Order: sequence, then structure tokens, then C-alpha cells
Amino acid sequence: MIRDITLGQYYPAGSILHKLDPRVKLLGTMIFLIAVFSYRGIPGLVCITVCLAALIKLSKVPFSYMVKGLRAIVVLLALTCVFNLFLTPGEVVFSFWKVTITKEGINLSFRMVLRLIYLILGTSLMTLTTTPNQLTDGLEQGLKPLNRIHIPVHELAMMMSIALRFIPILIEETDKIMKAQTARGANFDEGGLIQKAKSMVPLLVPLFISAFRRANDLALAMEARCYHGGEGRTKLHPLRYQTRDYVAYVLMLVFLAGVVALRFFSS
Amino acid sequence: MSIELKHIHYVYSAGTAYEKHALDDINLTINDGEFIGIVGHTGSGKSTLIQHMNGLIKASGGELLYDGENIYAKDFSMKELRNRVGLVFQYPEHQLFEATVFEDVCFGPKNQGLSDEEVKARASAALQSVGLSEKYYEQSPFELSGGQKRRVAIAGVLAMEPKMLILDEPTAGLDPKGRDEILDQIQKLHRERGLTIILVSHSMEDVANYVERLIVMDKGSVKYDGTPREVFAHARELEQIGLAAPQVTYLLAQLAEEGFAVDSTAITVEEAKQSILAALHGQNRSEGTTI
Amino acid sequence: MIKAKKLIHKYTRYDADGNVTEQKMALTGVDLNIKPGDFVAILGHNGSGKSTLAKHLNVLLYPDGGELVVDGKDVYEEKNLWDIRQSAGMVFQNPDNQIVAAVIEEDVAFGPENLGVPSAKIEERVTSSLKSVEMLSYRTHSPNKLSGGQKQRVAIAGVMAMEPKCIILDEPTAMLDPVGRKEVLHAIHELNRKKGVTIILITHYMEEVVDADYVYVMHQGAVVMQGLPREIFSRVEELESYRMTLPQITKLAYELKQSGVDLPDGILTKEELVEALKQCR
Repeated sequence: MIRDITLGQYYPAGSILHKLDPRVKLLGTMIFLIAVFSYRGIPGLVCITVCLAALIKLSKVPFSYMVKGLRAIVVLLALTCVFNLFLTPGEVVFSFWKVTITKEGINLSFRMVLRLIYLILGTSLMTLTTTPNQLTDGLEQGLKPLNRIHIPVHELAMMMSIALRFIPILIEETDKIMKAQTARGANFDEGGLIQKAKSMVPLLVPLFISAFRRANDLALAMEARCYHGGEGRTKLHPLRYQTRDYVAYVLMLVFLAGVVALRFFSS
Repeated sequence: MSIELKHIHYVYSAGTAYEKHALDDINLTINDGEFIGIVGHTGSGKSTLIQHMNGLIKASGGELLYDGENIYAKDFSMKELRNRVGLVFQYPEHQLFEATVFEDVCFGPKNQGLSDEEVKARASAALQSVGLSEKYYEQSPFELSGGQKRRVAIAGVLAMEPKMLILDEPTAGLDPKGRDEILDQIQKLHRERGLTIILVSHSMEDVANYVERLIVMDKGSVKYDGTPREVFAHARELEQIGLAAPQVTYLLAQLAEEGFAVDSTAITVEEAKQSILAALHGQNRSEGTTI
Repeated sequence: MIKAKKLIHKYTRYDADGNVTEQKMALTGVDLNIKPGDFVAILGHNGSGKSTLAKHLNVLLYPDGGELVVDGKDVYEEKNLWDIRQSAGMVFQNPDNQIVAAVIEEDVAFGPENLGVPSAKIEERVTSSLKSVEMLSYRTHSPNKLSGGQKQRVAIAGVMAMEPKCIILDEPTAMLDPVGRKEVLHAIHELNRKKGVTIILITHYMEEVVDADYVYVMHQGAVVMQGLPREIFSRVEELESYRMTLPQITKLAYELKQSGVDLPDGILTKEELVEALKQCR
């Protein structure tokens, strides 16, 4: 179940996108999202679509694999579609009983659904081509300036990478505890809401205890290996920009400028 | 009561890149009152196998008969099966959750829908049978020592009064004395209450000392099934699958090579001692004598 | 390498108002003298104080009394803290809970990164320490798919990358299967032999200490026995009173001796027992 979500999973393929500096990809994703939410008119949409298609092609990640990630948000998509379709006032195209569909509604729901899909595709393109570690490294390096306003960037990045390391372990543990309590006659599926909430106690208490024990162990192990925060730390693989990264930055700027220009063009 | 496994197959993550045949055509009969040991290298399928026996994992193929009834039939009550077949997981103390020892042990019988009095009676009986003294009943289970926590966890399953008790490495992480105490306790349950016991273990010495029948798993299938003596006669084959015979068995084999008239199929310290003493006194004792 | 004199540690419990409710002596005056390059074992049952002792050697705990000097540095002096942790590395029981990173090479690099070693040097250290525990080919793997023995070897490599003089292993095999146990023991014996690293192995398995240079036995927070493995193993009744159980071969030799067979004390291996029995014929 939980393991089926492709969003946030790495797909090893060794494409040019995989090789890009994570900072580039992080900024790129942000620019892409800005573009998706700010474009206006058909030319802008075409521009974004072409870029996304080109990037997916470049990433060497099979398109079908990416689409799998969309499955998780099908309900959200359907809801967005329905709400915008029926609840937008404007020029009536179709009316039956209490249901009216307007031209603006069709337009808006189409745009919203497309935006959501692009949003998921865009971000999963980043996570599929970047290992979680590169991602946290990228965040740590990229957000370093925030240190000056006393945001503990290194600590946050360290927390993120530890979370990434322990999530699979805790999922496995949850599964094990559930089985063990089932063997003791626990029932996690039946009963009303209150009953269900109650039945979670035998699962959650051991899970929390285990998480705290692990946290305690890990903290000791980190101290024993001389961890003392981000100060004076070096890196096994420090992030260094290559030529391709600078090229990517330039392309990204061109893209953003293009979308903005098209926005004014069409209005 | 008996459990019969017929052509049980189990495949993990079927249809994906991670597909793995965890169990491959398992045929076994577990009879009432047996004391069985299951050994195998990590990943040999022994944990998967025991989880089939109380229906926590459903086989991908094959039948599992409990007293002749197919547990995969629509009208079969899994709840009933779990009441009869108790399963104690590895590090069972990690599943404790109640505020007191006594309440935690009550969890199983409560789920069985018993009356309050019955629940309490069973919990006390279970705690007694694992040898935990009454002064701990109202303590938090988290304040006990490792060995005591494990007893509480085992009592939690025993309180459901199963006819069969399956234990997945009940001694992992305990010190040697704690290990012997738990195993003695389990043996007592078998002898005094006639419980059918299945003991999954990594220690050849332990299974040699306690079990009556030994099943060896390798790569998802049953490699050997017989008395410990019979199984440990295959010391060389066992080594090829990451296992071994008990230390004393190797010693006796070496002594036999040196011309001692010892019984090289002995598997416990006591048997080895008797055999060596007999050989030293020049009396050829048991029928298993080589030379 | 390590010198302890009358080392004392108390665990204190406080209630909500900060009043002392309970005090337990975890170490009651421990003396140790561990020479560089030695393979030393500390035996004891669960709760004997051996883990508490281990945590002192790496200054994860401070003593409440007595002296402790690690690699010539006094643990009471705060400036020595990071030096001591670097020169006396520590491996813990649960392999999962001491691996920090989601990629093996990054985990091994964690220690040197903390020490501020330059990147190129870290690279070298990662390679050589993974090699020394025979895990180099797993360099870019995730730790999640490894066996317990492999994870524990990665943890050892993580300590080795800090180039310590001494490694303290706190029950490194307690959660492993027999194959994993063998792998880990092999790895630490190799490090001791080939790299001259001082090893302090804390365990409750007597089988694991047969090859040690020196053995300490702990009980109720004190060292109650010490000596060569052979000396220790011949004091059977004393050992059993400290909740230890003998390896099968030693146990058998002892039982035979009790039955009147003329055997020497402290037999450790089956070869020794075979030889001794041949003398009896």
C-alpha cells in the first residue's frame, strides 16, 4: 500500500537530469511550479507542456512509471474537477434540474486539473531523478543563507535525512506489531470510529516506545562518532557546480522569462 | 489437534521486480503434543512458515488443514484458529503496551470475549506458568528486566489458552542463564500441560537439548525432518546451508576417527559424557557405536 | 591504552520535583588496565554493569568517582572529550539504530565528516575501512537490504573511518544469527591482527572470548574475575554463580573431570579435548 506511492521515490537511470546538481533541480522545480500557476492563455500552456515533455524524455524515467504516482491523487483530481465544473457561475452551456455547467466552469476545471497533474509530474520528476540524500544535501546547501536569520538549516537537513533512513524501518515495524497484536486477538478493521481509534492503542504505544528507543540509541551512536552539529563539518561529496548546471540555470531563466512574456502577450 | 500443510507455496510481491518465492511446496503434519524445533539460515522461510500456521499470512497456493478443516474455506473462523494456535514473535516484549503487567496479559483473553472473572483467572494462571512472581503484577511492564518482559509477553499469548504455542526465537538477546530459564519454562509447559510446541531457533545446542523433532528449512523448502539425532547426522550438509551440528557431535566424530569407541550420533553434553565414559572404560555401550 | 581505578557510577532517579527517589550503583569501583593492541573481552550477564562501563570508555557517561584515563587522556578534562571519542570508537548492539545515513558510504563518512576531515581524505578512509570489513562492494547500497552481520560490519567500518586506536564493541552479536556472529567476530579479529587496533569486546557469550588475550568478568557492577581465558574457564563453579554458562566443549571436559577422568583444567577447543582424552587411554 504505502510502498506503491511513486512520489518521493528514486528511479535510477543515469540521465542528464540525474546528474544535475540537486540545487539546480530544486530551483528548477520551483520555477516550473511558478510557471504552472501563473501562465495564462494557450501559448503559455503549450510552452510549459513542451518543456515538461522534453524533461520527462530527458530523464529516461518511463512515462507509465510516472503516471503511477498520479493514482494517489485521483480522488483529489475528481473532486477538483466536479467542484469547478458545477460551482462556477457564468455563461450557461448545459442545465439540467439543479445542475448547471458554465463555459467558465469547463474552462476552470480543465485548467485546475491540468495544473494539479503538472504539479505532481513536475515534483515527481525531481524526486525520481534525485536520491533523498542529494535532496537533503541540496536543501542544506541551497538554504544556507537562511542560517543568517537563525534558521538551523543543517539540523533540519539532518533531521530529514534521518527520517528518510528510518521511515522504511518503522513501516516494517508497524507491520510486525500489527501482526503480533492480531495474533493476540486484536482487530484493526472492524467496529465504529471510536472502536477503531481504541484498537490503535496496542499498535501505537509499542510503535512510539520503539521509535523513542531508536532515537535514543541513534543519538548515542551519533555522539560516539563525534557528532556535534553542523559546525566544522566536512562532506564526503561536497556539492560543486559543473558547466551543465550553469547551462541549466540559464535555460530555466529563459523558460521563466518566456512564460511571463507569454502571459502579458495573451492578456 | 493437528495441522497439516499440503503443497504450501508463498510468493512475496508477486508480479513485481521484487518477486521472491519464500515457501516452495511445503508438506508437513504437526501432531498433537509434539515438541518441534525449526532451524534454518536467516531468509530460509522459517518465519514465513510459522505465520502461515495461525493464518497471519495466506498461502499463495496449497492447503492448510486444521483438524482436517481447510482454513482458507470461506466459513472458517480465523479467530478460532488464533485462539488455538498462539504465536509469540521475536522480541515479543516490543509489543507490550498496557500500564501494568497484569492488564497487558489480559489483552488476549479480553479479545476472546470472555467474562471479566475468566479473563483475570487466565491472566493469573498464565503469569504463574511463566514463573513471574505476584509482586510484579501491578508494575509497569517497561520497568522490568529484559528476561522478565519476555516472560510477560509470553504469558500474554499463553493467557489465550492455546493448544499449540509457536515461538520465534524466544531467547534472542537474552543472556545464557536467561535463555536456559525461558527454555526450561517452555519445556515445562510441554510436559505438564501437553502443549504442542514449535520452537524456531538459531541455536543447534538448544534444539538438541529440548526438541523431539527437528525441521530444517532451506531456501523456502523443508530440507530435513526427523529426530535431532537423525538430522545432525548430516553435519556436512547442514554446514553447506549455513547451519551446523552441536559442538559435541563434532567432537565425538573426531574421537571416533581417533579410534575411540564412542557413539558419534550423540548431540548433548550429557549423552557425550556417557558415551566417552563408556568408551574409556572399554565397554561398548549403545547401538550407534561406530568402529 | 585504558586505565581505570576504582571507577564508580551511580544511576539516580528523580521525582517530578527534582528530589532523589532512587540511587543505584551501576559500577562499584572497577579497575581496568588494557594494553595497546590487546584483544580484551568483558563478560557479564545482562545488568552486570558491562554496558555502563563501556559507555564510560567513550565518555558517553561520566564517572561519579575514581579515575579513568583513555589513550593517555583524563576523561574528567572537558577538552579531551572529542579526542577520546575519536581514539576510542564504539559499536553498539542494535545494528539498525547506529547507521545514520541511507547510503552505506555516506554512513561510513559520517565520523570523519564530524571530525572535519577534508573530502578527498574522507574518500580514502571510506574505501579502506569498508575494505577492512569486506564490505567494499556494498558501498553505494542502502543499509536496509543488508543482513544483520553486514550492517554490523558497516557500523564497524564507520568507526574505523575515524582511525581510532581502540574499538569498544557493546554486545555487537547479541541480535545476530550464527552466520552474522561469525562474520562480525572474524572482522574484529582481523582488525586486531592486521591493523593492531585494540579491541574491547563486551559480550555474554563465552564462546566468543576463547581467543581473547585477557578476560574480565563482571557481576553487580564490579570486576569479579580476570585473567587469561584458560584460567577463567577453569573456574567453572565460580563462573556459573555469575550467571555465565560454559561453551559445550569446556562444559563436557569439566563434567568428565568431575566423573573421574584425568583431564587438565580449562580446555577450550575440541582439538585440546581430543588430545587430552588420548592421553587418558
